[in-house]
Amino acid sequence: MSDNANSNAYWKANLRLIIISLIIWALVSFGFGILLRPMLSGIAVGGTDLGFWFAQQGSILVFLALIFFYAWRMNKLDAEHGVGEE
Amino acid sequence: MDQFVINLIFVGASFALYIGIAIWARAGSTSEFYAAGRGVHPITNGMATAADWMSAASFISMAGLIAFVGYDNSSFLMGWTGGYVLLALLLAPYLRKFGKFTVSEFIGDRFYSPTARLVAVIALLVASLTYVIGQMTGVGVAFGRFLEVDNTTGLLIGACVVFAYAVFGGMKGVTYTQVAQYVVLILAYTIPAIFISLQLTGNPIPGLGLFGEHQASGEPLLAKLDQIVTELGFREYTAHHGDTFNMVLFTLSLMIGTAGLPHVIMRFFTVPKVADARWSAGWALVFIALLYLTAPAVGAMARLNITELMWPEGTSGQAVSVEQIETDPAYDWMATWQQTGLLGWEDKNGDGRIQYYNDADADMQAKAEENGWAGNELTNFNRDILVLANPEIANLPGWVIGLVAAGGLAAALSTAAGLLLAISSAVSHDLIKGQFNPGISEKGELLSARIAMALAIAVATYLGLNPPGFAAQTVALAFGLAAASIFPALMMGIFTKVNNKGAVAGMLAGLVVTLIYIFLHKGWFFIPDTNSFTDADPLLGTIRSTSFGAVGAMINFAVAFTVSKMTDPIPTEIEELVESVRVPKGAAAAAADH
Repeated sequence: MSDNANSNAYWKANLRLIIISLIIWALVSFGFGILLRPMLSGIAVGGTDLGFWFAQQGSILVFLALIFFYAWRMNKLDAEHGVGEE
Repeated sequence: MDQFVINLIFVGASFALYIGIAIWARAGSTSEFYAAGRGVHPITNGMATAADWMSAASFISMAGLIAFVGYDNSSFLMGWTGGYVLLALLLAPYLRKFGKFTVSEFIGDRFYSPTARLVAVIALLVASLTYVIGQMTGVGVAFGRFLEVDNTTGLLIGACVVFAYAVFGGMKGVTYTQVAQYVVLILAYTIPAIFISLQLTGNPIPGLGLFGEHQASGEPLLAKLDQIVTELGFREYTAHHGDTFNMVLFTLSLMIGTAGLPHVIMRFFTVPKVADARWSAGWALVFIALLYLTAPAVGAMARLNITELMWPEGTSGQAVSVEQIETDPAYDWMATWQQTGLLGWEDKNGDGRIQYYNDADADMQAKAEENGWAGNELTNFNRDILVLANPEIANLPGWVIGLVAAGGLAAALSTAAGLLLAISSAVSHDLIKGQFNPGISEKGELLSARIAMALAIAVATYLGLNPPGFAAQTVALAFGLAAASIFPALMMGIFTKVNNKGAVAGMLAGLVVTLIYIFLHKGWFFIPDTNSFTDADPLLGTIRSTSFGAVGAMINFAVAFTVSKMTDPIPTEIEELVESVRVPKGAAAAAADH
């Protein structure tokens, strides 16, 4: 594989990962936390519903998981495509 | 020991620590001054970013806003943490790879245009300066309260401390000082919250206690809170009351504003490798999340505690008596805070009791008539005192109160210092070296950075003494401006091949439209009574001026793409630059040849 094709494949894989991550990012905050809250109101969590939990706790926990997942996955991707540092 | 002495000891000891670190880590070369020699570990960098990020607004103000409004203010929680996902995925690794010192340098080089750089510098200066004014106001209030001096003296003392370590220490001083500040700040925030969560729910983790059982009643804590506030005519705590569309836009504005604020982005220039920039954003959010996961619990539990203190026999019994407020030690905090003018009560109907309820509610008005109440008698409860007064409200030991005092000051000071550094580098590096005098010596650049910083402190202190009148809106303006100008330009620089003219047009359009929308609602240049609209009845549908940053960002993108399509494509060497920014390989070289 030429250098150029390789970095194209690397960039495509990166973009795919970013898009999937951002869909999850939007789903837990704007989705579960705000827009879809009425639909989730049947699921009770500690005196209120799941949407409230996502808005005040869950979305933050998912954000954390997303960033670490992305960092871990990208570092692997760097190595696979030989574009990492060192 | 007197509480004032305890506060002095805690605040004094924490300051001695910060200043000691700043002197120990005095910066030498320009590279060290700005970016700490790029030798900062991701965990260290994450803590410093967290301290930088969590200002007086997060520490002092946010839990109070949530406590008195409830679910609707979840926007602050999601917005100010969700921005880190955007930072980590869309900006941090690429800007680190690019390997320059400042955000506007990237914009100038990527869009091969001194004009683009100048527009970026102006946007950064406006956003940072408005933000730092709010912080200096916070510094003044916090110093004034805990040193028991007036606001002006408090602000002047605070300005001297910020000046000392920001000007003489540079980023390195600031980085390690901020690690110390983070530790003080997070202990100060979580320790009282753990105590209170244990008291109310028996669960030591406040974020879990919030959804746990209220031990005194055996009901879930939030159900109990909903019940008690609605019985007093207030809006249900956990329900959604405001406009959904505005809540989405406001959350989004805070998120992109976070990812566009220069003092946060700059942090990611200080890690050794691209991989570290990715981890750094994660670590920063870990340290930030410790406070943000605790804040909603602090808010809900404080609201419950305050309501129960005002109605010791329950909402169907008698209200607290004036005599009890004056003599019972559990109510000492009320007298303390009454002195600041931020808390007030008045026995309007002269029955010797203080009835706290929502006197705008129709059902409560009927009940008040029946019982001979003459309106809500807890006449003033400033939301910003909630976190600082919280340990006193919950009757926690004196050392916890002293710790909270030190934490509040750490929060306000650390953010002020980080912003001042961003301002000084924008002026010396981007304006003077980049635009007016490219041949300036390293020594001259360092000197001008320090002069710029001193001037910025002077301006911020002066405006902090005579604040425009609304610190919270000033902070929202800073976020909206960063969201509408910087974030889209950075993102398009990395992910698209938008050209120089597109970027300049986009940034200007986003910045100007957002500014005008804000001025229309808040008054031109914030002069009172010059506004044509109010946030209660905004110009465009339900979009408030604080939520407009997201709209500004969309305008920026749209204008940039349109103009770029109609003008010449980017030159080959810029295309190569974009390609090289996208892969981590060669980041060390990119940094070395600068």
